Amino acid sequence: MFAVENGLQGDPRLKAISDAIRVIPHFPKTGIMFQDITTLLLDPVAFKHVVDIFVDRYKHMNISLVAGVEARGFIFGPPIALAIGAKFVPLRKPGKLPGRVISEEYELEYGSDRLEMSVEAVKSDERALIIDDLVATGGTLSASINLLERAGAEVVECACVVGLPKFKGQCKLKGKPLYVLVEPREYDELTLYN
Amino acid sequence: MQTIISPLLVSHRLSLAPSVPRLLNNHHRAPPSIRLSSHRSTNSLRLFSSAAAAAASASRDSEMATEDVQDPRIAKIASSIRVIPDFPKPGIMFQDITTLLLDTEAFKDTIALFVERYKDKDISVVAGVEARGFIFGPPIALAIGAKFVPMRKPKKLPGKVISEEYSLEYGTDKIEMHVGAVEPGERAIIIDDLIATGGTLAAAIRLLERVGVKIVECACVIELPELKGKDKLGETPLFVLVSSA
Repeated sequence: MFAVENGLQGDPRLKAISDAIRVIPHFPKTGIMFQDITTLLLDPVAFKHVVDIFVDRYKHMNISLVAGVEARGFIFGPPIALAIGAKFVPLRKPGKLPGRVISEEYELEYGSDRLEMSVEAVKSDERALIIDDLVATGGTLSASINLLERAGAEVVECACVVGLPKFKGQCKLKGKPLYVLVEPREYDELTLYN
Repeated sequence: MQTIISPLLVSHRLSLAPSVPRLLNNHHRAPPSIRLSSHRSTNSLRLFSSAAAAAASASRDSEMATEDVQDPRIAKIASSIRVIPDFPKPGIMFQDITTLLLDTEAFKDTIALFVERYKDKDISVVAGVEARGFIFGPPIALAIGAKFVPMRKPKKLPGKVISEEYSLEYGTDKIEMHVGAVEPGERAIIIDDLIATGGTLAAAIRLLERVGVKIVECACVIELPELKGKDKLGETPLFVLVSSA
């Protein structure tokens, strides 16, 4: 579900957020129009809009845990967690987290990767939110959902700043709702970027 | 910045409990978690006037505090950090801040302490070192109205970047930043969870200085003072919340 479908139609903050995202063509490889959120982070007003919109949505949903996917989920997750009084749980590439971890494999275009989570981070029946900057195939988020459910948490929603249009409406990921702020920007050769 | 260990709290070298259960399953590494509470030495939070700070940073051995205040939030933050022995390899006592992130009060206090320190210092840039600097930097940046600039491992940032090499124990690594993210004359702080040898932070300083940015301070949650990372930072002051021997 996109923010515009859920009460934020015409909200000027969404345009400010979208305008602050930079498109880098053919990164990391040919054909991919990379949605670069680092320019959003350089715009404190637009960055705050992102956090405010997510906080407004989640502050009354009794979320006790915000999980962020390494590494750009680490940027958006903590400000939300702090504002809603939830803990922040990093979901990391293999070998980075100390202590007892569980890991979940997910598919890449070629090969696979793994995501890990500290088992001690999660109590049973916690209500969790998963954050990443962008959802494309949903592979990383699906692995994240698996990790949290294996540890006994209930995933309330997955939230991303940018999402492909296929996530409009009631599209779910492993049965979990998805909430997205903006669609990917088009690359405009005439636009001057920083 | 010179940091002074409060005489009330003694620096304590962690010793392992005699029998330490370890799981042999490959997927579940289970070193014992040992939480240091009052054994951890903590910094006194020093309140400096800007003149005193300048004088203090000019000579690392002198202390020019105008006030000496042990902030009560520091002890709770220190006790929320978990130490994992022999991670990522034998002999290393890993300072695990993920337990701090699970403690909503401690995490909030950590950010508040940095925000209180930097909010009136005209800081327009908060640079955070990948990846744990990404956790602490953005909340600080948002609270003080500064931009957040991620400093990343090679090939992660799209578009034009500048990079700076630094030494590891064996070999070198690189840190990168976007061209155009910062402008000459901007005032920045650099955030990471921990300073060990200071190699990464020193590289981050060099990267920002190359484009004309003034680094007001490096700020970390934890310092490992025995590794003397501070000495690599040149003229740039260091501020930490917790010092761990």
